[in-house]
Amino acid sequence: MKYESVIGLEVHVELKTKTKIFCGCSTEFGAQPNTHVCPVCLGLPGSMPVLNKEVLHYAVKAGLALHCDILPFSKFDRKNYYYPDLPKNFQTSQYDLPICLNGYIDIEVGGKTRRVHLTRIHMEEDAGKLVHSGASIDTSDTTFVDYNRTGVPLLEIVSEPDLRSGEEARAYLEKLRSIMQYLGVSDCRMEEGSMRCDANISVRPVGSDKLGTKTEIKNINSFSGVQKGIEYEAVRQAQILDEGGTIQQATRGWEEAKGITVLQRVKEGDADYRYFPEPDLIPIEVSKEYIEKVRAELPEMPDARRQRFQDELGLPEYDANLLTLEKQTADYFEDVVKEGIDAKTASNWMLGEFAKKLNEEGVTADQAPVRPAALAGLLKLIAKGTISGKIAKKVLPEMWSSGKSADDVVKEQGLVQITDTGAIEEIVKSVIAANPQSVADYKAGKKKAIGFLVGQVMKQTKGRANPGVVNQLLTKNLE
Amino acid sequence: MKISAEEIKKIALLSRLNIEDDQIEEVGKQLNDILAYMDLLNQVDITDVAPTAHAVSMRNVMRDDVPQPSLSNEKALSNAPEPENGYFKVPKVIQD
Amino acid sequence: MEALTIHALHDKLVNKEISAVELTEKFIARKDTVEPDIKAFLSDNRKNALEAAAAVDKKIAAGEAIADMAGVPGAIKDVICVAGQNTTCGSKILEHFKSPYNATVIEKLNALDYISLGKTNMDEFAMGSSTENSAYQITHNPWNLDYVPGGSSGGSAAAVAAGEAVWSLGSDTGGSIRQPAAYCGLVGLKPTYGLVSRYGLVAYGSSLDQIGPFTNDVEDCAIVLNAIAGHDAKDSTSIPQEKKDYKKALINDVKGMKIGVPEEFFVEGLDDQCRKALEEAIDTYKKLGAEIVPVKMPHMKYGLAAYYIIAPAEASSNLARYDGVGFGFRADGTDIVDMYRKTRTEGFGPEVKRRIMLGTYVLSSGYYDAYYLRAMKVRTLVKQDFDNALRTCDVLLTPTAPDTAFKIGQNDNNPLAMYLGDVCTVTLNLAGLPGISIPCGFKNGLPIGMQLIGKALDEETLLRVAYTFEQNRTDLKKPLPMGEVEL
Repeated sequence: MKYESVIGLEVHVELKTKTKIFCGCSTEFGAQPNTHVCPVCLGLPGSMPVLNKEVLHYAVKAGLALHCDILPFSKFDRKNYYYPDLPKNFQTSQYDLPICLNGYIDIEVGGKTRRVHLTRIHMEEDAGKLVHSGASIDTSDTTFVDYNRTGVPLLEIVSEPDLRSGEEARAYLEKLRSIMQYLGVSDCRMEEGSMRCDANISVRPVGSDKLGTKTEIKNINSFSGVQKGIEYEAVRQAQILDEGGTIQQATRGWEEAKGITVLQRVKEGDADYRYFPEPDLIPIEVSKEYIEKVRAELPEMPDARRQRFQDELGLPEYDANLLTLEKQTADYFEDVVKEGIDAKTASNWMLGEFAKKLNEEGVTADQAPVRPAALAGLLKLIAKGTISGKIAKKVLPEMWSSGKSADDVVKEQGLVQITDTGAIEEIVKSVIAANPQSVADYKAGKKKAIGFLVGQVMKQTKGRANPGVVNQLLTKNLE
Repeated sequence: MKISAEEIKKIALLSRLNIEDDQIEEVGKQLNDILAYMDLLNQVDITDVAPTAHAVSMRNVMRDDVPQPSLSNEKALSNAPEPENGYFKVPKVIQD
Repeated sequence: MEALTIHALHDKLVNKEISAVELTEKFIARKDTVEPDIKAFLSDNRKNALEAAAAVDKKIAAGEAIADMAGVPGAIKDVICVAGQNTTCGSKILEHFKSPYNATVIEKLNALDYISLGKTNMDEFAMGSSTENSAYQITHNPWNLDYVPGGSSGGSAAAVAAGEAVWSLGSDTGGSIRQPAAYCGLVGLKPTYGLVSRYGLVAYGSSLDQIGPFTNDVEDCAIVLNAIAGHDAKDSTSIPQEKKDYKKALINDVKGMKIGVPEEFFVEGLDDQCRKALEEAIDTYKKLGAEIVPVKMPHMKYGLAAYYIIAPAEASSNLARYDGVGFGFRADGTDIVDMYRKTRTEGFGPEVKRRIMLGTYVLSSGYYDAYYLRAMKVRTLVKQDFDNALRTCDVLLTPTAPDTAFKIGQNDNNPLAMYLGDVCTVTLNLAGLPGISIPCGFKNGLPIGMQLIGKALDEETLLRVAYTFEQNRTDLKKPLPMGEVEL
């Protein structure tokens, strides 16, 4: 039978406020264990939470950017359950009156735009981190707890079950990350855990509108993992159904290395979290004025920017799309263009050599040691004919590692293009003399043979000859 | 009986308490007496009454996003039953 | 008698009739004499107290002004965090817990050169009405050692009544200051919810808890309230308002004031002698020119049931943190769940476990609407009753408890009977209103308490009405039950 997947995502995004949601401890990642803690986030007896203003600000900002309704009256509730990463054994979260309801994200998959609806967004506190002694938490005899992350503000963004494939889920997450980054409310680094995703997935025969039994996939920590985990789970569920089996409602863990999901725990109905209003926190009222104030702060969002890149800079949709996906890339690109570089040239470089380098180094555009003005300097040398594009590809890594300008690298390494036609002609003649077979081929009508001869000339000039001039001179001398 | 032995066991687990089998009857009786007294509330007409969760009717109490000093690791762990290498150590973690 | 008040001792200190160190030594000596009988204290802070007293003497010697409370020995209920000191909450689970920080009230008192002789005994986590639920000891009523001092702040009440301290702090979630004040013949105030910061007060029922003073007279009550009241940015439920001087409210005049008497508080089961003492008190106010107004508060009879749903529900969550992971007692367990369950089963006493179970039950799925949600709605109605009554009246007058103190052990194994004794006090906590208990008579040598209830944040009127009674009923004054403190 042919099945379709029905997928909803619960995404947790860590907000990049300076301090935690309910206390003044730093949210910085990577500190020594249990050093960003205080009586409040350790849940010591007698301590009390006070809401960080910026958390509400970011939540409203995110809600507006995701087209949500901002609730005029919202409150915090306690979600009660025991786990050692939760010092109070309750998580302060929002239950029946979250800050945002509804909303949507438009995604582009396979050239088509799809609207994914959001159920809600709420604010809550993050839990601590468990470090275990053995291979996994289940097999370890002891566990160590670090509460630095406890109380880092989170937005939980819950989608409707509108997604139909792993690819769509991935596109949704990437778009969500992009929007959060544009807003400046979260870094959304999945590898650092500042963006986390649980996927609910069920399958049903194509054409059916009945929902199947779902499983929840946890432990996904990469965008590709989201896609692969869902695809794996869809196939697994379909197989079970085809074999006449039934799906067990359960939580399953994604094992990236093996590329499989494994059973974590079977759910028998919903856990009894005994939510009730947090008595230590006062309800929140959001005025229309506040909402309008925050709305006025919203930066240009990725969709609008993409459109502008197409309309004003004349970029193809493909380029505009890729350039605007990450805000850092788009910002960098615009800075390069501001230096007087042709937009398409800048785009080709950003999406080509520069992107390759970012990938190799595992950094984002804002972290690249080659700043926009420096890249523009390199591209200007190409435009002026000082170096060829091919040479420029060698110059970029040099600039990257040394921090030097394109000018300096080109001068120091003597990479300036040879434009003296006399000198090039000498080499052209010697190459013709040394390669009679190719010359014969060319004369016999195999015009492609000239490519080999151009290559030989370039080899002898170490790539510094202007390829146009070489071509021209070869043709002339062969006739 | 408002609360069964099964429910007492369930509530004990949710509360992370142990109730020995021979205590269930007594615990059950006391809880039942108390819950029976709560039936008084069923006499109250609560139609259209909004719940009160807070004794004060304030709104929007928030602080600025300004860092405050944290505790030192030593202080943070000073009451820990089993501190180790700057961490809180706990026994094998399982789900209930 | 006069000598055992903060204001009288303050005068003696300022006039150099006695030094703060001498005064502190006298109270330490007193404590050493009576404490074996009373058992009010869980810790001894004499070293710090004497150091603090020496600092006060230095200030006096240097001609510096000292605060009203400075140098006058007090005591702190062991539910309030004091940096570097044990805070046990009367529980085994916090036996060795030392708070790394000060509660806001302690910070405020520090700034006034306060002196504490130690932390006082209490019902475990403030759950109880007799101080018999302490994991450590049973505190005895100084008026009759066979009787309870009330609870949960029984240690704080007994310490003052026994002359071991001049003042003390307690906490009140459903009557835990007012009822022991009544049982021990003291003035005990539960301030408006939000007037005194709860930061550093170990939570029982967070939407109900308030810190307040025990003193020998109303003037002292105003002095301690001056010291501890005020907005605190660390407590989200703290009410922002301008600082008041409650001593200005000590006016001996109730002429033209309206005192409401809600019949629902004069319940069946109210002891006859207590009723008589209250009727005499009402007469006193009449004679002083106050207008006595009978008022009806139809939802009061539901208040106790609502309270015993809401308070345990919040407690079940507040006490979840005592799990053997980050602090406090830990029992060995084969895995985390086993460790949690053994730690909590061994660490908590029976009453705390009972309320945790009850609270967990009323919040659990299937019962939330029937119990917790319904109780929150009844809370609204209780609040409305008070609003209505206090719209026409300046204060309300009621008994603090249906009877005087009961015998130690009398309510063992009958938790519901114990709960029913809180019937006069819990409704104020539900409504967040201030209430004060002042002595209004004696029955068989045990004090009877009268409760006055005020409008939110109108502690001034409450203090004024209480002060007027006290000034005009000096016939009720008796020497301290354990004898006067030799100065």
